[in-house]
Amino acid sequence: MNNIILKNSIRFIILILVQTLVLNHINFLGYINPYIYVLFIILFPIKNNRLFFIFISFLLGLIVDLFLDSGGIHAAACVTIAYIRPMVLKFVFGMTYEHQTIKFSSTEFGQRFSYFSMIIFIHHIILFSLEIFNSSKIILILKKTLFSSIFTIILCLLITILFSRKKR
Amino acid sequence: MQQILNFLIKHKTFLLFLLLITISLFLTIQSHSYHKSKFINSANVLTGGVYEVTNNLSSYFNLKKENEILLEENNRLKSILYNVEMDTLKAVFKYPILSSQYKFKSARVTKNSYSATNNYLTINKGQRDSITQDLGVITSKGIIGIIDYTSKKYARVMSILNTNIRINAQLKKTNHFGSLTWDSESPQFVQLLDLPIQSPISVGDTIVTGGRSTIFPKGIYIGQVASFKIDDTENSYKVNVKLFNDMTNLGHVHVINNLDKSEISTLNSPDE
Repeated sequence: MNNIILKNSIRFIILILVQTLVLNHINFLGYINPYIYVLFIILFPIKNNRLFFIFISFLLGLIVDLFLDSGGIHAAACVTIAYIRPMVLKFVFGMTYEHQTIKFSSTEFGQRFSYFSMIIFIHHIILFSLEIFNSSKIILILKKTLFSSIFTIILCLLITILFSRKKR
Repeated sequence: MQQILNFLIKHKTFLLFLLLITISLFLTIQSHSYHKSKFINSANVLTGGVYEVTNNLSSYFNLKKENEILLEENNRLKSILYNVEMDTLKAVFKYPILSSQYKFKSARVTKNSYSATNNYLTINKGQRDSITQDLGVITSKGIIGIIDYTSKKYARVMSILNTNIRINAQLKKTNHFGSLTWDSESPQFVQLLDLPIQSPISVGDTIVTGGRSTIFPKGIYIGQVASFKIDDTENSYKVNVKLFNDMTNLGHVHVINNLDKSEISTLNSPDE
């Protein structure tokens, strides 16, 4: 149990630092940045206290907001995906989720991909609509959401593959 | 009472979600209005400190470029100095301290952003170095933005690449002025709105600060006219200005303190 808490706390800190100090300076093609700190919410243990989970997600978003001077947009996006995560999990993994037995490292690639992309896409669309906050620029919002989501999904999948400990 | 409690316990997750999202939306909306975003900003001890440490490392990689900029500015200043008659120079510098209205302080940019719609910089000088809200920030090439929030050791600068900013700007050759905004399209271009249609504008003209506000002195360079068109009201120009500064690569900046500011602002609002 302590092992899980320690692992998640380290992940929390490292993801925030990597996000704010490295990934926000990529600006691929001028505006495309990956937001991989959502990985913390995606990989958070499924057996959890839901209130605590929503609160820690809020904290994660708020700290990223602090670093990026962005008001509360990351916090809002994070709270929303933390709240709807059980529904997405149920939708993607079906029965196995009900029994709370899934481990992300042992799931099929297709399932993992659809779970990641749903969460990330929802996160990004909330993030960018709040950031731009202007209905006349809806094309810009969609463009940013699409390209940044693709970037984030690829990076997140690569990271999980890279850091998963498979015992052969 | 029992029922209310039951309801609260039953829906506690949703209520927490609602509470947190309201807080974050409140913070978001607050950050869209100038001077209101007090709580969430990068000029605090935690984030300012982290940015300071990483910038201490990364600034070494830009030393060469910084040196070149310094040399360039030195060249420019020397060419002014040696091309003016000694007598006029003496007249100018006769009362150097008494007549100086503007005080300059140098600072280093520890955090820079240019891809969001509302961009902010963080600099490593704060209240301790007598930096307060509403001071102008420039480099040797042109303007950067306005100080928007200060903590003890750090200050946050609202960049000109921020959709909330309005800066008074004018043509260098005449006194026609407009207000400078940003349409969040490209970090190289800003827009000058409400420039009167009578002004003799052409592509390549220099745009400078107007000096009608107390923040910037008159005549600080901003950029060059890249293109212009008549706007919808048909009595003013909308001008696309290419910045002299490369906003994506900022090192050292100067903060301008207008010592006559309080005097001017009391003049402008006598009845309050």
